[in-house]
Amino acid sequence: MKPFVFPRWANNTIPFVGIVLGALPLFLISLVWYGAAPATQDVGYAPEQPVPYSHKLHAGDLGIDCRYCHNTVDKAAQAAIPPTETCMNCHTRIKTKSEKLQPVRDSFEKGTPIAWVKVHDLPDYVYFNHSAHVTRGIGCVSCHGRVDQMEIVTQVEELSMGWCLDCHRNPAPNLRPPAEVTNMNWQQPSSEFGEAFRAAHNLNPSTDCSTCHR
Amino acid sequence: MAQITHYSQWQDAPAGDNEFAKITDAVVRVVETPRPPPAWYMAFALALSWLGILQLCIGFLFWEGIGIWGNMHPVAWGWPIVNFVFWVGIGHAGTLISAVLFLFRQNWRTAINRSAEAMTIFAVICALLFPGIHIGRPWLPYWMFPLPNQMDLWPQFRSPLAWDVFAVGTYFTVSLLFWYMGMIPDLATIRNRAKSTLRRFIYGALAMGWRGSSRQWHRYERAYLILAALATPLVLSVHSVVSFDFATAQLPGWHTTIFPPYFVAGAIFSGFAMVVTLLIPARQFFGLKGLIEMKHLDMMCRIILATGTIVGYAYAMEFFVAWYSGSHYEGFAFINRAFGPYAWAYWTMVSCNVIFPQMFWFKKIRGNLWAMMLICIVVNVGMWFERFVIIATSLHRDFLPSSWGYFIPTPFDFLVLMGSFGLFFTLFLLFCRFLPIVAIAEIKSVHPAAHGDH
Repeated sequence: MKPFVFPRWANNTIPFVGIVLGALPLFLISLVWYGAAPATQDVGYAPEQPVPYSHKLHAGDLGIDCRYCHNTVDKAAQAAIPPTETCMNCHTRIKTKSEKLQPVRDSFEKGTPIAWVKVHDLPDYVYFNHSAHVTRGIGCVSCHGRVDQMEIVTQVEELSMGWCLDCHRNPAPNLRPPAEVTNMNWQQPSSEFGEAFRAAHNLNPSTDCSTCHR
Repeated sequence: MAQITHYSQWQDAPAGDNEFAKITDAVVRVVETPRPPPAWYMAFALALSWLGILQLCIGFLFWEGIGIWGNMHPVAWGWPIVNFVFWVGIGHAGTLISAVLFLFRQNWRTAINRSAEAMTIFAVICALLFPGIHIGRPWLPYWMFPLPNQMDLWPQFRSPLAWDVFAVGTYFTVSLLFWYMGMIPDLATIRNRAKSTLRRFIYGALAMGWRGSSRQWHRYERAYLILAALATPLVLSVHSVVSFDFATAQLPGWHTTIFPPYFVAGAIFSGFAMVVTLLIPARQFFGLKGLIEMKHLDMMCRIILATGTIVGYAYAMEFFVAWYSGSHYEGFAFINRAFGPYAWAYWTMVSCNVIFPQMFWFKKIRGNLWAMMLICIVVNVGMWFERFVIIATSLHRDFLPSSWGYFIPTPFDFLVLMGSFGLFFTLFLLFCRFLPIVAIAEIKSVHPAAHGDH
């Protein structure tokens, strides 16, 4: 019996085998690199909220300061989600018949909170403190984007660990006077501003593991 | 071509009308026979059961967590690391035989190199199992590799644990390539003799179109030489890096410069003991006494004697340096090792590794299969204890006496260790059944018949 060797046509498959062996790892790497990246997975997250609340109208057109509702942002780790009472400060007199505001009035009457959906959600093993950032001159816009232009709040930054570290390693481009943290239009006056501000206020954010993973 | 239908026929001389045909027949009939000897079935059933137990244990480990083992402060590196170092060490003999002895033109290696290389691969598989399962979060082992990630995190390249990943990974890759490439001409021999279509196809695919032309042989020899040259530094580097896991830590009992050479000698020592333990039954049951001769076993016993003596010297030198350094803590670590709570383990290690192999000075012992087998098993036990002694005795006396403790293994520690032997023997028995145990082409080149006509 003739020993088995590959038939002659097997030679024709060599280029294809080469292409597959060469391209498959590249394909898999780019698939995971692109597909599993927070930029792909998380950016653009815009869940539907129980009330069609527009940040564009309130924070942008009407110019209400972020801290009117998120009033603990410069004092505590959490930037409080406002209670229904905060809404009703105005809405007992404005748009009292609006159909869109029916869930708010229901919540106010029954005393049950509105179930807002959290958009910017860090993992539970990350300790993030809003006040530590806001009082040292990191503006809301740096992490949350132009909320004053959003009808529906959308995640615009990766919120990945590498993204956090980018700023902790080089905070200068994101610094501003603490008085301007809620000003979404504020721009650094010069390219030297950030570094000068960092040096003047001795801002040296830590990159130790235990800074965020406590 | 003789077809063997019953295992007892293996004891007969191989058929074939000249010396070369007899060699081919002796090796290939192990693969060709419809039924292997009953001993193979018994061994395989036993090995497979332990492999099943290993899988159950790992399943439970993943479900329940590391707490099922005895790993506990202060001996946080328990048996999993002992087993890892033990199995990596076993592998070294295969590489030494296949690469170093090849470069030194030690022709006697041809009888044992194939099975020793197979043993290397299987031992490294067993070793690689342990870093994978002892990390506590078994779904994240890829964190050991330097992959770009959203955390901007890389392995700690200053840590010998990261070096380990590269050292053992390289070792496995090179060993696998060396083993497989060396087997191609023999796989082609099996293909040429195959009767059934399936066998012709499987062995034909594995032989990768080998026809034995001069050009193919030329390239084969070149590639073999290059791989041997690549594998040679690995004999020294892999276990050196493993020893750095300990030596770079500032722990009395670990922090010594003697560790790399001492670990390499120990690895070759334990590896050769394992080769002898595997080959004595293999040559007996598969009728390969004519190829794996007594003189080959004798040579291996000499290497065990030499490396065992080096290991004994290293034990003594550790004590000398502990005294000579004048370091109070170093001194305590070694006095405690020999006379403290783990004295039983220490003296088990010394008697198994230093005293027993000295019997190989006697030619009679080197010619007695039972004695060889016994001493080699004892050496393997001793070398496991060596790693246990290094890890447990150094860690259990913490710098803070309030943290002092004593390592107590759980039943799962025993089951996983035994299970890793199950994995090892399952793979080795499958190798014995389906692949050429002896390098047919290589052994012919050193056979007297190849040099007879001039």
